[in-house]
Amino acid sequence: MSQFLEISGLNARIDADGQEKQILRGVDLSIPPGEVHVIMGPNGSGKSTLSYVLAGREDYEVTAGSVLFKGQDLLAMAPEERAAAGLFLAFQSPVELPGVNNANFLRTAVNAVRRARGQEELDAVAFLKLAREAAKTLSMAPDMLKRNVNVGFSGGEKKRNEVLQMTLLQPSFAILDETDSGLDVDALRVVAEGVNRLRAPTFSALVITHHQKLLDYLVPDRIHVMARGRIILSGGPELARQIDQEGYAKFLSEAA
Amino acid sequence: MNTISPDRSGPLALFSQRLEGVAGAERQQAVAALQRVGLPSRRVEAWKYTALRALGQTSLAAPAATYDVMAARAVLDDVLAAQDTLAGLPRLVFVNGRHAPELSVLSEAIKVTFFVDTLRFGTAAAPDRDPLVALNTALAEDGAQMQVEAGVDAGALLLLSIGLGGQDSTFSFHPRHAVVLEAGARLALLCVQAGQGAYFHNPVTDISVGNGAALEHVTLQLEGDAAVSLGTVYANVAGEGVYDSFALGVDGLLLRHEVHARLGASRAAVHVNGVQRLGATQVGDMTSVITHAAPDCISRQTVRNVLDGHARGVFQGKVLVEQIAQKTDGYQMNQALLLSPDAEIDAKPELEIYADDVRCSHGATVGALDDEQLFYLRSRGVPEAQARQMLIEAFLDETLALIAHEGAQALCRAMLARKGGVGASA
Amino acid sequence: MPVATETKEAVEKLGQSTYKWGFETDIEMDLAPKGLNEDIIRLISSRKEEPGWMLEWRLAAFRTWQSMEDPKWAKVSYPPIDYQDIHYYAAPRSKAGPKSLDEVDPALLKTYEKLGIPLHEQALLAGVEPGEGERLPVAVDAVFDSVSVATTFRKTLAEAGVIFCPISEAIREHPDLVRRYLGSVVPAGDNFYSALNSAVFTDGSFVYVPKGVRCPMELSTYFRINARNTGQFERTLIVVEEGASVSYLEGCTAPMRDENQLHAAVVELVAMDDASIKYSTVQNWYPGDEEGRGGIYNFVTKRGACRGARSKISWTQVETGSAITWKYPSCILQGEGSVGEFYSVAVTNNCQQADTGTKMIHLGRNTRSTIIAKTISAGRSDSTYRGLVRVQPKASGARNFTQCDSLLIGDKCGAHTVPYIECRNMAARVEHEATTSKISEDQLFYCRQRGLSEEDAVGLIVNGFCRDVLKELPMEFAVEAQKLLQISLEGSVG
Ligand SMILES: Nc1ncnc2c1ncn2[C@@H]1O[C@H](COP(=O)(O)OP(=O)(O)O)[C@@H](O)[C@H]1O
Ligand SMILES: [Mg+2]
Repeated sequence: MSQFLEISGLNARIDADGQEKQILRGVDLSIPPGEVHVIMGPNGSGKSTLSYVLAGREDYEVTAGSVLFKGQDLLAMAPEERAAAGLFLAFQSPVELPGVNNANFLRTAVNAVRRARGQEELDAVAFLKLAREAAKTLSMAPDMLKRNVNVGFSGGEKKRNEVLQMTLLQPSFAILDETDSGLDVDALRVVAEGVNRLRAPTFSALVITHHQKLLDYLVPDRIHVMARGRIILSGGPELARQIDQEGYAKFLSEAA
Repeated sequence: MNTISPDRSGPLALFSQRLEGVAGAERQQAVAALQRVGLPSRRVEAWKYTALRALGQTSLAAPAATYDVMAARAVLDDVLAAQDTLAGLPRLVFVNGRHAPELSVLSEAIKVTFFVDTLRFGTAAAPDRDPLVALNTALAEDGAQMQVEAGVDAGALLLLSIGLGGQDSTFSFHPRHAVVLEAGARLALLCVQAGQGAYFHNPVTDISVGNGAALEHVTLQLEGDAAVSLGTVYANVAGEGVYDSFALGVDGLLLRHEVHARLGASRAAVHVNGVQRLGATQVGDMTSVITHAAPDCISRQTVRNVLDGHARGVFQGKVLVEQIAQKTDGYQMNQALLLSPDAEIDAKPELEIYADDVRCSHGATVGALDDEQLFYLRSRGVPEAQARQMLIEAFLDETLALIAHEGAQALCRAMLARKGGVGASA
Repeated sequence: MPVATETKEAVEKLGQSTYKWGFETDIEMDLAPKGLNEDIIRLISSRKEEPGWMLEWRLAAFRTWQSMEDPKWAKVSYPPIDYQDIHYYAAPRSKAGPKSLDEVDPALLKTYEKLGIPLHEQALLAGVEPGEGERLPVAVDAVFDSVSVATTFRKTLAEAGVIFCPISEAIREHPDLVRRYLGSVVPAGDNFYSALNSAVFTDGSFVYVPKGVRCPMELSTYFRINARNTGQFERTLIVVEEGASVSYLEGCTAPMRDENQLHAAVVELVAMDDASIKYSTVQNWYPGDEEGRGGIYNFVTKRGACRGARSKISWTQVETGSAITWKYPSCILQGEGSVGEFYSVAVTNNCQQADTGTKMIHLGRNTRSTIIAKTISAGRSDSTYRGLVRVQPKASGARNFTQCDSLLIGDKCGAHTVPYIECRNMAARVEHEATTSKISEDQLFYCRQRGLSEEDAVGLIVNGFCRDVLKELPMEFAVEAQKLLQISLEGSVG
């Protein structure tokens, strides 16, 4: 079998106000099982777009390329099928769901995924127990489960809520899109621990970030730099430190 | 042939003499429409809150051919005194519905013809549906037809309609105005309706805003204290055009400002804002229908009412979003401040929506001055009357700030200040 | 393809198959000839063994009705109704008013069983699971076409002093109460349909809760139209005395038929000092098929009078059925400090039309009202919220808050909001907010990314949208209503 996640020649565009806008211009990336990879890159380079395309957002049209996930054609799957297959995206800005109770939402999602994976569904009592424990580990206020999904959550609370969902859904591949931005040091550690707890030979992650700080906790395997819709450079963990100190400019001009 | 029986047609009978002499196909069609439906009673949904009883019982004649020039000049001077920057603007002055060339100052940038010469009715008005517009069509005496050529920024124009009535005079006038802005043209049109005594003023204004053109249209109703003024505006707005309207209702016995704005091509924008500041037994009605007939258009409406004495304020605002009008962005807010136990507000904000990908909202509030705020001001040493005045001004301030033309905004504020001094204790 | 496009297409595909209550009960019927005249009214009155005053009242209403025209102001359209082509009385052929459940035709009991409405008290009691001791049984009045076929738990209720019986029985057994209150909130001539109802009403429920009594269980009535070409004209009267309270539920279903059937009910509520009435409806009359054939015309007048100080009337409705709904449950807030509430969810799909809302008339000082209306339109349906908030000069300190939200699914439907706000008191505060939007792609995608199917995601978001209303329903109803919402929009996705 090839890699765990194999992205080749991925091109994607969006129709914004009647204008075609090419965003991804040939992304090649492979992530073996058990590894944590990082994407860095200036604002607007297409990092979030890549994560949306991987999760199956229909606004983006894939015009070329392929994505194999555990040997399956990821691009042919519906978003919920991708979730069931183990893909999880922690959104850069999670949407609010007014009137939808967080606990109920989580349970519905967890059970939908469990069902699809052939696991037994959790009853309300068992689920709540699990959710409360997870929330506690993430030092979330217990009433977050009772509130509506993301409604009135602070930026940090939203990010924690994403990590809570990740913990409960037990993905085999997690994409974290700037989950660390705007978090204080403690919250940062909580997020990192959330990922680290999932780490296993069968779990991989793709972490989008601008900061070395998160990587201190996560210990990544590979760093990729994205610019203008493609990966222009890849390297070991030292690359992140270099970028943290020197910025992107140098790498961009070298690549150009 | 055009007989109208007084018993069946209600207030329409007041016009029966004038309607009998009507000639010309368009005018006769309008008379036929009037005979079918009459002038609206409160059983007609669009007139649910406003009765035409104020028109009185006596037949309304055509305005006299001559007028008191001194009196007209005094009204003009009074308006200019309230806001002196307006004196430098080109202006068109009408007295009792007829153009008064001796008081007007023309501008090169605006082509003007007069209805009395062209007899052009335009196409936007709907006399079949709107009886007062049918009445105007049947009886229109004169009006200004203003045109700005493509790409020209014509600056500002003052259109002053003066009504000169006595305490119980009985005449009506029905001006027929039109504004055409060609593609990319710009104009700020300041319509001041001022006067004294009793009369019935029933103007119709037919507006066409071309591609990328922008019209700012400010209307001040400062009519005579016993006057009835019922104006109807039709505005068709083309792609990327802007129709930005503001109406201020201050003086007159019965006032209604009715706007039908149609967003006809994408990225057009319409603002229909207004303020009513009424006291005594005044009735003021702001009615609008904003039709989104194309995708990606924006409409905004903010109307605030301050009502004192036995005054009654009416707001009827309908936003209609047709099926084609996806991505419509519509917002409407109507608020009323009741200053007296006998004041009344009737509001009907309405959304009629046939497209799914839209964001439309409206809101309405009614209340009195906030006791806590009043107390706060007084505890800082502001006397009660002044504190009330401050809060009223604060309530209206944001809305007045929506008037882009500085002179027009200043004129509105000046007229409100006059009213505030009189009406505060009423 | 964007999710919303799929959603629209799927909505368009949605067929009648989702109406699960559309079966017909084969039972021998006692049917009055078609048509409406004084003789028919006399016949109804005599079948019900009514006293003379009742007949006179009906006849007066009939004469008023003859001079009236049906209202045209609502945003609904339908061909003229031939009022002479309807049966005004249809009853299962058995002795009128069975005294106990054993006398009820087993076919009828089956019908209600199929509808999930237990009429067997024993079975119901046995069904109360141990450990959930707090859950109270529900007393049920079942109305089948023109008559009440069974009322359960009457004994338990009688011990508490609560009268809960078919209105036809109340007219015979409690004439003083009925005479005092019938038509006192909705006068016969109030509108075209109330006049019609007053002339020909056949059955419905009567509830009387005496002073200081909190009704020991939820009361409910299930209405079922079965016979062809019949109209259903039920009449409900609920009187709650000082310091007393009751919670009343109403459910409605009908068979699937090609023809339209008329349902013109009148509900009157009276609340005295410190009394409270909670009236909940889950209306699921047959809505017609996807082409708009058949379905119930639901023209209903519901009004509550808060006569006493600090009294409270709360209307909660979940409207998913009917071809046409014309319905404005209202509150007349007369007593000082009285409270009116209206919580509504209206779902229309296919060719349904709904024009529904409320009137809050503030007469007394410090009266308060809350209106929360949620409208969901799909298919080619049209849905209108129409509401009136009126504050009269004496209602100092009155407060109203109104929130109307509409959700559109697809671009062939319409959603409209028509509030009327009339305020004649400066010491009142009225606030109104309305929004219209569609289900956001962002929300759908977020749910799907977490593994929910599109259909479940829509269901979840719609239920979230309606939450402020659904939480007002009694537990049992809330669950039913949630399912109903899902079913009504079933197939609206993938
Ligand atoms: N929905 C959209 N509509 C229009 N442009 C978009 C949309 N999504 C992304 N883009 C554009 O694509 C580019 C890449 O955006 P994004 O993937 O969010 O970048 P990053 O996450 O690296 O900051 C930007 O120029 C952005 O403006
Ligand atoms: Mg991003």
